[in-house]
Amino acid sequence: MGSDPIFRPGDRVRVRQAHPLGHIRTPYYIRGHTGVVERVCGAFPNPEELAQQRDGLPAQPLYRVRFRQKDVWPGYRGSAADVIEVEIFQHWIER
Amino acid sequence: MIERSHHDMGGLPAGKVRRDEHAYDDWQLRVDAMMMLLVGVVGGRKRMTVDELRKNIESLPPADYDRMGYYDRWVTSLTQTMIQRGVITTDELARKMAEVGKRKNGV
Amino acid sequence: MRDAGRYEPYSYFQLMEVSLRELLVEKGIVTADAIAGAMATMRERGPERGAAMVARAWLDPAYKARMLADGSRAAGELGFEVPGLRLIVVENTSSEHNVIVCTLCSCYPRMLLGIPPEWYKSRPYRSRVVREPRKVLAEFGLRVPQKTAIRVHDSNADMRYLVLPMRPKGTAGWSEERLAGLVTRDCLIGVAVPELPKKPKSRKS
Repeated sequence: MGSDPIFRPGDRVRVRQAHPLGHIRTPYYIRGHTGVVERVCGAFPNPEELAQQRDGLPAQPLYRVRFRQKDVWPGYRGSAADVIEVEIFQHWIER
Repeated sequence: MIERSHHDMGGLPAGKVRRDEHAYDDWQLRVDAMMMLLVGVVGGRKRMTVDELRKNIESLPPADYDRMGYYDRWVTSLTQTMIQRGVITTDELARKMAEVGKRKNGV
Repeated sequence: MRDAGRYEPYSYFQLMEVSLRELLVEKGIVTADAIAGAMATMRERGPERGAAMVARAWLDPAYKARMLADGSRAAGELGFEVPGLRLIVVENTSSEHNVIVCTLCSCYPRMLLGIPPEWYKSRPYRSRVVREPRKVLAEFGLRVPQKTAIRVHDSNADMRYLVLPMRPKGTAGWSEERLAGLVTRDCLIGVAVPELPKKPKSRKS
């Protein structure tokens, strides 16, 4: 039971550029970057809340988002086809 | 800087990967076992979440985070979590550590 | 319990482990037997389960399709208990090579592969493999050509990952068990690929 996902595979999404305190599972390096939803993983209790002894409900949709490495790292030296795939909770995606 | 937590290291510069491996000491495997039992992975009553384990590791001072071994961080975090949840108290821990510290090793 | 550790005297953390454990047992939170049981499980757990899944996938295309659709269910099919695991299996092809990391800590499919190696949890791996995967893989002795794209997977939330490597040439007719023997832990993480054992050089007397 949780919220229904609002994004679908293929959607272009941008990760929020925010730097709050607390326990966060959105890596610093990916904030502010734009990628494409690779799949909807399901809905999970919010780890930011679980870390604070709260139940993290309602469960939040979690997505795998694919980013081109050359978009993420300045001066990236690998192939233009290289990607990085990161799990992003819905509330970390800008609408 | 506080706005980037010390553990959140993806993309930062670092040295070569050292591929040395070693078997774990029993005390480390016991820490691993306690974690599994307390978060309820292997059945029994769940006493904490893995998220609290992570949060307490992330709260370690950066120099300690870097210096401590993996299971040093885990046992510290498990203990902090048990204190935070009121399963044990600081005073109980202090007395137990003093008592254990007086015993011969290897028990 | 007897200990095979190197601590004379206890470090602060070893002292803490004994103290925490004794308090928890005294309070009935955990039992010594449960701790011993969990230790035995993880002490013995190596990559055999992951390797078995790969070998089955190499031989059975329908299993492979099911594994790529739902990794946890595919593990269960082979009798592997993976409580709470949300497994995604990613397939290496001639155009894509996959590699797994957890930049934030050390998330890893432990019930399939055992405790992760030290290097997987280390700063150099966690920091660098997301940013310069080819260079890090080269340090592992794996050269990925430019024409093969690299997909790095950061295991940063609730999913866990296993790499399905390509079946090496020269293995036609091999049994499932023999194939599984080619699949090391490092192949399942993506820092190695399965290789045929090198033939020993013949010695002339």
